[in-house]
Order: sequence, then structure tokens, then C-alpha cells
Amino acid sequence: MLEFLSQPWPWYTSGIVIAFVMVLLLFFGKSFGVSANLRTICSACGAGNNVKFFDFDWRSQTWNLLFLVGSVIGGFVSAEFLSNGEIVQISQATIQDLSALGISAPDDLQPEEIFSLEAAFTLKGFLILLLGGFAIGFGARYAGGCTSGHAISGLSNLQLPSLIAVIGFFIGGLITTWILLPVIF
Amino acid sequence: MSKSEAISWFRIQEMFRFQSFHMYGIIGTAVVLGVIITYVIKKYKLRDYQGNPIVFTPKEMSIPRYLIGGTIFGLGWALTGACPGPMFVNIGYQYWAILIAVGGAIAGTYLYGAIKDRLPH
Repeated sequence: MLEFLSQPWPWYTSGIVIAFVMVLLLFFGKSFGVSANLRTICSACGAGNNVKFFDFDWRSQTWNLLFLVGSVIGGFVSAEFLSNGEIVQISQATIQDLSALGISAPDDLQPEEIFSLEAAFTLKGFLILLLGGFAIGFGARYAGGCTSGHAISGLSNLQLPSLIAVIGFFIGGLITTWILLPVIF
Repeated sequence: MSKSEAISWFRIQEMFRFQSFHMYGIIGTAVVLGVIITYVIKKYKLRDYQGNPIVFTPKEMSIPRYLIGGTIFGLGWALTGACPGPMFVNIGYQYWAILIAVGGAIAGTYLYGAIKDRLPH
């Protein structure tokens, strides 16, 4: 059993688990959307005093903050106890494209060129993560949701706005991948 | 998430380069199941554990809001290789550098809240 859990899971397992999380939240009278937490965090830090958007009862969203705590714990358990140092098995084509950009083939889950602490504390590395995160936070709230809220919950409910948002996610992602990354690296 | 490598920057790159089915498989499975489940909940008017009806709030229609917001989100998603959920899983994985992106995301959310009324929706 542990051996099975320690191997990378096939995609359909993860898809089923994500759908299950969504159902679980629905049956607890909630909805699945992670980026709403960023707003809650702003509010909990007192941003409601200056900006009306953050002036709401953030304590009612504690359940969702717990979802974040659970995500951190899940990552920790997975890394410490259920991992056999597996290297992410991406396609050869991707490895070649990335090496042309100067990003070496994976030796765990994340590229050293971005996620190692040495890289993160160079000006370039710091800005990549900071601005990337900034765009995620700004864009998610502007679009009213992120991957979980739009791509999963929204599409499941056949919402046209969510489809437009997902198309936007891809427009942005393709611009970064094909235009920005070659310029940055 | 982490067990299917959906938190990996490499996997997101592979997705945006259309070089593997992996991420499409994950999202596709979740959405197909989600559509069926949502349909069943609506059809049989299922209730949550407290007996309240499960309601789905339709999203307000607008094109600029979702298209512009979505595109900005996508720019960041491909850059950091993490959307909001996986960001936190990465903290658990002790990829501490992701904390910079989390800080950025909170700042981005704050800026949106501050200038919201001046943006096209």
C-alpha cells in the first residue's frame, strides 16, 4: 500500500480526488475556490479599514483558510513520507525546449533555476516569483476565480464566464511560455 | 495534487507547450465528473448535511472582466508554475522560494481591491 502511495499517481486519480473535494465542499454547504482565501487574508490583516472590497466578515471564511492549512500539511506529508525522490517524468520534447532556454532537466519536482534559494535571491529570480505571484493574485480576483473556482467549479456548472476565464488563463499562459520565457531566460 | 505532480512547474510548462496529456487528463477528469455531479445535484435537488438546498450561483456575464483577468492570471501561472492551491502545497514541500510568490499574490489581490472600481468589468 505504502509502495503504491509512494509512486507518482496517474492523472485520473488526481482528477477524481479533485472532483471528490468539490463534492465534499458542496455537501458541507461551501464551494470550491482557493483564491478567495487571498482576499480573506488581506481582510484578516486589516485591509478592510482602507479598502471596501476587504471589509467583510473574514471569520466566516475560516473553513477555507483551513483548506490552505490542509494543503500545506498534505504537501508536507507527501514530501516527507510518501515520496521516493521521484523525478517528474515530463516529455522529452519539453526537456529539449527548456534546455534551449537554459533550464536543466528535472531532478525533482521544481526547476533549480527558479526554486532554489540561490536563484530566488537573485534579482531576476526574486522578480520572477514576485511578479508571477502578483499577476496570479491580481488576475484571479479580477476574473473572480482561479483554476479551482473557474476551471473546475465553474466549468462543472457549465458557466460561460468560466469558459471565457479559462480561455484567458491559456492566452496568458501561452504568452508567458512562448514570448516572455525566451526573453527572460 | 502533489502526488500527480500538478504542483510542478515542469508539468505546467509541458501543458502550455501541448507536449503531454497529463495536466489535461487531470483537469478533464475533474471537470467531466464535476459536470455529472453538478447535474445530479440539480436534478434531484440534493441538500447539504444541514438540510439546506445546494445552490449554484450563476456567474455574472461579462467578457472583459474574465478575459483580461484570466489573461493576467495565466501570465503568472505559467511564470511561477503554480496556481493558488498548489502554491500552498509547495510550502508543505518546503520549496521556500514559493513564499515570495505567495507574498506577490496577496499584494496583487490587495491592489485589485484598491483599484477595482477603476477597472472595466
